[in-house]
Amino acid sequence: MAELTYRDAVARGIAQEMERDPDVVFLGEDVGGAGGVFKATVGLLDKFGPKRVRDTPISEQAILGAAMGAAMTGLKPIAEIMFSDFLAVCFDYIANEFPKSHYMSNGQVKCPLVVRTGNGAGSRFGAQHSQSVENWAMMIPGLKVVAPSSPVDVIGLFAAAVRDPNPVIFFEHKSLYAAKGEVPDGEIVDSLGTAKILRPGKDATVLALALMVPRALMAAETLSREHGIEVEVIDVRSLVPLDTQTILGSVVRTGRLFTVEENPRLCGWGAEIASIAADETFYDLDGPVVRITTPHIPLPAADNLEDIALPNPARIVDKIRRCLNG
Amino acid sequence: MKTQPQLKPAGNLRNDALDEAKRLELYRLQVEIRDCEQRAYDLFLQGLVKGTSHLSLGQEAVAAGFAAAMDKGDLSFCTYRGHAHTLARGVPMEKVLGELMQRDNGLMRGKGGSMHLTSVEHGVMGSYAIIGAHLPIACGAAWRAQYKGQKDVSVCFFGDGTTNIGAFHEALNFASVWKLPVIFVCENNLYMEYTSIKDVIPAGMAHPAADRAVAYGLERIVVDGNDADAVYRAALTAYAKARAGDGPSMIECMTYRHSGHSRADPAKYRPEGELEEWKKRDPIKLYRQRLVEFGIAEAALKSIEAESQRKLNAATEACKAAPMPPEEILTTDVYADGGWAWRN
Repeated sequence: MAELTYRDAVARGIAQEMERDPDVVFLGEDVGGAGGVFKATVGLLDKFGPKRVRDTPISEQAILGAAMGAAMTGLKPIAEIMFSDFLAVCFDYIANEFPKSHYMSNGQVKCPLVVRTGNGAGSRFGAQHSQSVENWAMMIPGLKVVAPSSPVDVIGLFAAAVRDPNPVIFFEHKSLYAAKGEVPDGEIVDSLGTAKILRPGKDATVLALALMVPRALMAAETLSREHGIEVEVIDVRSLVPLDTQTILGSVVRTGRLFTVEENPRLCGWGAEIASIAADETFYDLDGPVVRITTPHIPLPAADNLEDIALPNPARIVDKIRRCLNG
Repeated sequence: MKTQPQLKPAGNLRNDALDEAKRLELYRLQVEIRDCEQRAYDLFLQGLVKGTSHLSLGQEAVAAGFAAAMDKGDLSFCTYRGHAHTLARGVPMEKVLGELMQRDNGLMRGKGGSMHLTSVEHGVMGSYAIIGAHLPIACGAAWRAQYKGQKDVSVCFFGDGTTNIGAFHEALNFASVWKLPVIFVCENNLYMEYTSIKDVIPAGMAHPAADRAVAYGLERIVVDGNDADAVYRAALTAYAKARAGDGPSMIECMTYRHSGHSRADPAKYRPEGELEEWKKRDPIKLYRQRLVEFGIAEAALKSIEAESQRKLNAATEACKAAPMPPEEILTTDVYADGGWAWRN
């Protein structure tokens, strides 16, 4: 057991899979010599050499297209798209190519690859380098979509993503890179499609993802300490496949559901879960499903504005307290 | 930078090193593609080919010339205008026509349709309907070969319109920088969909693929795409180069589609007489004449033509008799486990 940052967990996760399987290769902009712009891939070039850790031109379509061609023909590529905002410049591969080739070819073509990308706000980078775009990927049939919140989940879910025979979009949160957590020694392999109950509670279920997980936990602590409200906090972890059993099981126990989402409001991941809960747990709910999200705006650069845009512990506490007491 | 000499008119290009069997293979491939494409058109008029279809009528020499130059394990990446390249790799007509008719006997059981013909066992790694998407993908397949020390080469076919999209430029640069065993083949049929390619490239640029390839460190290669021998010879050179580890090639094949862009297009934008001029240089007519001049027996050619018709008619009947795909495959193969489950 050792304490590791989320950032170091990324490099350890990649190294674990590259050591295991020589078909795992890694490509992206500045990932090798520079160790990544977030320093999350430091040391990999030295460890695995330039044949397996490849710096690319600034060509996101070429990166994802090459990853796909390699995946279709026998490699297990890990492709990095530096900022998740840049998925928009290579979205053809995300939306039209990776997820459809298996279906359109009637099962002939497989596309086992992982796209790692830096997602989310908190760095004061403004509207084109700060977005939470996990919902862009979630809406496309054929993809798997993962967003870990802790160092141990980074390693375990990443291993599961690399070993999965489908295309997986792996959202790393930029504001979590410095976060620390305990990580066991040895190989760590988790399962996609599994949510995790991080804090049990009887009064309400609170779903969160990535950076919103520590904020939801802080809010839960305050709600308990100051208001006597015990919420159950679930880290959704995997948007596709979605662990509805864990989520709905909790809703049935607590009778209330809140989502804490960093993505802008319209069509955020919580909207789909709210719809599922309304369909399947309507008579177990004691009140409406409430979504706590970033407003439907482009993100500002100024720190005070960015801070009030994202759900924060105070806002989460306030919303849940008012809903439960009202 | 070497520059390809100006093309001689087709028919004067002699490639005497080719043996009779190879010449007959080139002829057979062109005849079969022509017959099958013409049949696809007829079946569309009968309401049996649904959706859309993009025919390669008039462009058969490109598909034949490249397929004849490939080794068995080589990989093809095509566009929606991919019937010809799929047939050229040996995929049976029934499988292609069945897919165009969206029947259960089709190559992908009707789940892909005419724009996405794929047959991995024949090295046809897909037909891509988003312009430019497959150039980077072909690079990736070539990267795998390079990484694993495998000798197969990936070829990527596309039209002149593709030379204006970003993925074209990203792929050329990427392939050149990584020295990948990939061959880019531009079938320049003079029209991006409905607009003349001349209207959408810089004034004075004659060859949008070959001229631009030079900027990425590739040789400027333009061939007569209506001459199967010329295509075959250019292809052989590019394959040898790629297999030797000497990197990518771009080959621009000048050709012409006899039909419109897709089945919806009557191609009224073409100047009067242009089609007729190109039909004088119909690749199959030219090639047949050449084979006769070379002393190949008329009977051998007639036998190829008759056999193509026989295969085509049998395939057509099989497709007409084939059922539509069963409803239960609607949700199969969304994910690699065969299913579509996105939740538990």
